[in-house]
Parts: sequence; C-alpha cells; structure tokens
Amino acid sequence: MQKSMTYSTPAVPRPHRQRPALTAALPFLLPVAVVLLWQLGSSLGWLSSSVLPSPWAVVKDGVTLTLSGELPKNLSISLYRATVGLLIGGGLGLFLGFINGTSRICRLLLDSSIQMIRNIPHLALIPLIILWLGINESAKISLVAIGTMFPVYINTLNGIRSVDPDLLEMGRSYNLSRHDLFKKIIFPAALPQILVGIRYALGVMWTTLIVAETLSASSGIGYMATNAEDYVDMETVVLCIVIYAILGKVSDLVAKGFEALLLDWQTTKRSEAA
Amino acid sequence: MTQVPEITIHQVAKRYQTLTALTGVDLTIFPGEFVALVGMSGGGKSTLLRLIADLEQPTSGQILFDHQSREAAAPVIRVMFQEDRLLPWMTVLENLSFKSTDAKTKAAAVQLLALVELSDYADAYPGQLSGGQKQRVALARALMSHPQILLLDEPLGALDALTRRKMQDLILSICRQQQLTTILVTHDVTEAARMANRIVVMKDHTNLAEFPGPRNPHDARAVGTVAEDALQVILHETPTQTAQELSSVS
Repeated sequence: MQKSMTYSTPAVPRPHRQRPALTAALPFLLPVAVVLLWQLGSSLGWLSSSVLPSPWAVVKDGVTLTLSGELPKNLSISLYRATVGLLIGGGLGLFLGFINGTSRICRLLLDSSIQMIRNIPHLALIPLIILWLGINESAKISLVAIGTMFPVYINTLNGIRSVDPDLLEMGRSYNLSRHDLFKKIIFPAALPQILVGIRYALGVMWTTLIVAETLSASSGIGYMATNAEDYVDMETVVLCIVIYAILGKVSDLVAKGFEALLLDWQTTKRSEAA
Repeated sequence: MTQVPEITIHQVAKRYQTLTALTGVDLTIFPGEFVALVGMSGGGKSTLLRLIADLEQPTSGQILFDHQSREAAAPVIRVMFQEDRLLPWMTVLENLSFKSTDAKTKAAAVQLLALVELSDYADAYPGQLSGGQKQRVALARALMSHPQILLLDEPLGALDALTRRKMQDLILSICRQQQLTTILVTHDVTEAARMANRIVVMKDHTNLAEFPGPRNPHDARAVGTVAEDALQVILHETPTQTAQELSSVS
C-alpha cells in the first residue's frame, strides 16, 4: 500500500522587523531610567542632597540661573572659546595634514617634530601658557587649539597617506592635474578619516575647556562650577556637569550629521539602486 | 576624432632593480587593430601595457606613435583595469564625467551609459552595482573623451562566465564601431582568440610568437584551435600550424 505522504511547510525564519519609533527611543531608555531612579532615590531620602542633589533641584537651579542671565552668559563664553579654539586648532591640523600628506619634503621636514610635540600632554602646558598669556581669553583658546590640532592632524595625514594607490593611478592615467587629483580623489578619499579626527577633536575640545576654565577663568561653565564649589552649591556643580554632557552629545550629533551628509555613499546599499 | 596612430614598440626593456620584467620587445600595432597579449603571470604582459599607457617608463627602447614621440603625437589613451577603479563617492554619471563637469561632457556620459545599458543607474553609487555593472561603467568611462587607443588590463578576470561573455561582445562591438586600436591583456587564451585580430604570446619577458585571430570570432572551432595553439606556445613553445591554416580558410 502506498503510504500517504504529508509535506509540512518548512519553518521559515520571520524577518526581523524594526519598529522605527522603538529604534529611535532605545538610546534614551538608559539615561531616562537613570534619572528616574536618581529622582526616586532623592525623593525617598536614599540620596542625601549634600552628596547628590535631586534632578528636579538641578533643573530648578538651571531655570533660576537662566532667568538671572548667569547661565546664558557663561554658556555663550564657553561656546565661543570652544568654537574659536577648534577652528584655529582644527584648521592648523588640516593644513599641516594636507601639506605633510601630499608633499614628501614637507613630511620629512615637519612630521617628526610634530609627532614629538604631540606626545606632550597638552594640559601639562597650562602653567606655561598662564605664564605667557595670563588668564585671559587667548590662554584658554590656545589650549583648546593645541588640544584639537593633533587629532585632526594625525587623521588627516593618515587619511591622505592611505588613499588607494589604484585610484591615484587611475586619475593620473586620465591626465588629471595635481589640483584636480587632490580635489577629485585625494580629499574625498581621505574625508572619512578626517571626519573621525574632527569627531575625536570635539571630545578633546570640551575636556580641555573644562580644565582650562576650572583652573584659570573668571567666566564660563568651568568657572561657574568652581565658583559653586566654593559656596558648596551642589545643584550648580551638578548642573555644570550635565551641561558639559549635553554639549558633548550635541557636538557628537553635529559631527554625525556631517558624516551622514558628506559620506552618504558609504551607507547606500545595492538594494537601493534603480 | 583625430586619426588613430600606429604604435611602434622598438627594443623596449623594463627592469626593476635586479628584476627583468621585459627585454627586447619589438612590436607594431596598426590603427584599428585588436591585439591580445597572452601568457603566464610574470611574462611581462601588464608591464608592456603600462608602458604603452605611460604609467611607467621603459628602462631602454622606444614607444612611438606614428613614428613620433609620445609628446609630439599626444595620443588619447585610456586604460580599463582589472579592478573597476570607480570613485565610490561619485554616482555612476559623475564617475563618467569626473574629469570635466560641463554640459557637453554630461551629455556624452548619458549617451555612453545608454550604450552600456546602464541608463537607469546614472544616480546610483558604485557600491550599489554588481561586478559586471561596475565594469560596464568603467568601460563607459574609458570611452569618454573619444580615446584613440584603448588598453584593457584583464578587465574581465573577476567576472562570472556569462557576464564575461556579454562584456566581451560589448567591448568587441564598441571597438569595431569606433575603430579603436585596442590592446587586451588576458590569461584566457580563448577570450583572446575570440576577441583579437592578432594574438601575441608573451613569454620569458618578451613577445615570443604571434598568431592571427580567427576571421570569424563566432566560429567556435576556429577560436578553439587558435586558443589551443597559443596555449601550446605558452606551455611548450611548440606551436602547431593548424591555427594559422584554419584562420586563413575560415
């Protein structure tokens, strides 16, 4: 007798569905949970306000300082120092990276000295810079510039030095001028690495500014924190730390935005073709 | 398009320090001819192509174009490499017109994309294309600015058999239509026999022998015999006369 055969449909793994709202909310889950737990701990008396003020107290302090104009004034001066320092340091890093990346003579002349200076912790220069420039704006801006120059320099140099030689040869076989070779092949090929350097420099920028403003300043978020410490004003100290965290996160988002805008070719997939 | 020049390679040698890549190469390539350089790895095929492309300079000897120096003749030479060498940050259309962005160049790029049947992919990035599509873009880019001489450095080596056959037909039809002088470097003797008017066997760093290609590239028997003959020379240096006889009667 012929056996009846039954065929069962093989189990097909269900495609992993991503819900956009959930994906967008996921990164906020941990910080929100920490703040809620922190608030709960403070409200239930597990955390003494002399050790760590509640998030709500910090928010109230922030509103008061904003309304008095103290926070906007110090925030704007910190942003000014950070931006000008980054522009100077990043600009110098880019320039040195470009000339050393494209010219063997320049690289032989400059790179060894730059690498030697790079290995000096830039925060160790604070006493020297205070002696040279005092505690005015130029001292803090110089420190930020020195701190941000090296990550941009190293990544620009590496980016240019690691451009695919096959692409360069292709460009030369099309008789591209040196200018066009740089504009159309070298710079775009090095750009992902340059943006990594800028992103790293943004982190260094805030760290340097915090230290510089804490040690020698009469304005800025770092100064606000030091001043609050003198008066045992815990809410303002925590507020300043939170502001630094927010500024760092915003800087990172701006850098990521630039990467998404300038490097969209890296994220396009074959399925998205015509 | 200006007249396609005759290429004269006279006693060309290339050495890299102690390593000899080419020695005593004498070869003339006539306008509109499709020449295939075949041979084993290290035989000097690609080096010869790179010297003709001006990507490297010969240690001794001369490469002339219509009996003039390269500077005087200024031939328009384009190379299609084994890797597509497309710029990943540019779209397909931008890759074709990367040298100049004027309207005339863009219009020519659009026409060439239609020729290689990739019009729908003008705005795609190279990362979105298959290997065969990338090589078609690379071919279209090589054809921009109306080259007189097209150099193909194993451009189909990484493609699957079917795509490879389609690309062979595409390259052949374009080269015939535009009357380009074409030099193909390949390991594949059948590919060489199918595409070329003349097959030059490179062995021991020089051009050892040459065969005329079959008159009818669609005659599988003639192609196979010419390929077998070239292979015999590459492996044993004992060519049969069958290929020449066949090519003269087919």
